[in-house]
Amino acid sequence: MSITNEEIISYIETNLGSVFEVQQDNYGVLTAEVPVHQLYKLVNFLYKDLTYKFNNLVTLCGVHYPDNKGKEIGAVYHIQSMTHRILIRFKVFAPIEKPELPSLTGIYAAANWMERETYDFYGIQFLGHPNLKRILNMDEMTDFPMRKEFPLEDPYRQDKSDFHFGR
Amino acid sequence: MNSQIQMTEAPPGVEGQGFFATRLDSVVGLARKNSIWPLPFATSCCGIEFMATMASHYDLARFGSERMSFTPRQADLLMVMGTIAKKMGPVLRQVYEQMAEPRWVIAVGACASSGGIFDTYSVLQGIDLIIPVDVYVPGCPPRPEQIIDGVMRIQDLIGKESIRRRNSEEYKKLMEEYMIK
Repeated sequence: MSITNEEIISYIETNLGSVFEVQQDNYGVLTAEVPVHQLYKLVNFLYKDLTYKFNNLVTLCGVHYPDNKGKEIGAVYHIQSMTHRILIRFKVFAPIEKPELPSLTGIYAAANWMERETYDFYGIQFLGHPNLKRILNMDEMTDFPMRKEFPLEDPYRQDKSDFHFGR
Repeated sequence: MNSQIQMTEAPPGVEGQGFFATRLDSVVGLARKNSIWPLPFATSCCGIEFMATMASHYDLARFGSERMSFTPRQADLLMVMGTIAKKMGPVLRQVYEQMAEPRWVIAVGACASSGGIFDTYSVLQGIDLIIPVDVYVPGCPPRPEQIIDGVMRIQDLIGKESIRRRNSEEYKKLMEEYMIK
């Protein structure tokens, strides 16, 4: 017998109170937007919980919505219970002036490199991360290339400008 | 002797009974250009084409280059084949700096020459931004025939250069431009 999303939602609400806002999802995955200050408490609860055992942080990725005022920069967490085969998804947003999120390295060791990658491409500061530095790009880079304001092509290149192509 | 075997022609000089006089430059150039030790710096698909170039069908050994050198210290020719990410740039530069004089560089393929299709934040837009390049081979990837042609252009360069190219003002200025040494 499979566990429904409603069961998990009510289970979390009984134990923690109202900590998130459930969102519409077309694939049956429990999706919720979580306020920044509730994230660590919520994930920590789910990890230590013996009923559902959410013991696996599947992935973490950043997003940038420039038009979403006050919530421009976000991170999406996929957390899985391997025992019960349930996947849940949390979205957390922060303003671009202060892109700070709590680090989950204290809960999941896997979060270490994932958070470094998200920092590398989106510039999200994960507070409490033991070694928050770039992981894929070169250390000298000053931009966060996956942000929307960053030009996709190399901005220092002259020979591909429109002028040479009669544009 | 089998008539199909082609020997390198002797440089212009004075020939007499039991002696042959010519310029030292041309003799050394002749020796150098027919015994190039290439260092393959292969990072992607152009490297696969290079493997075909090395193998029996195209056989780069016909040009005196059968001996790949996998240490830069013994290599004469750095063959850069493939996309060089910006993070790889310092590595490539260090490999070049470790090579002993005289040294030549060939950029094989669009990526090594100009960044190719990868016009993006993480890819070096041509290796000539960090090291001097002697010959560029176009193509994405180039055919083995093109790579061989590139090596032959390198041979032309080597055969014509003076013995101590590194002492020339032009060469010193080039190295200064790239801030090498």
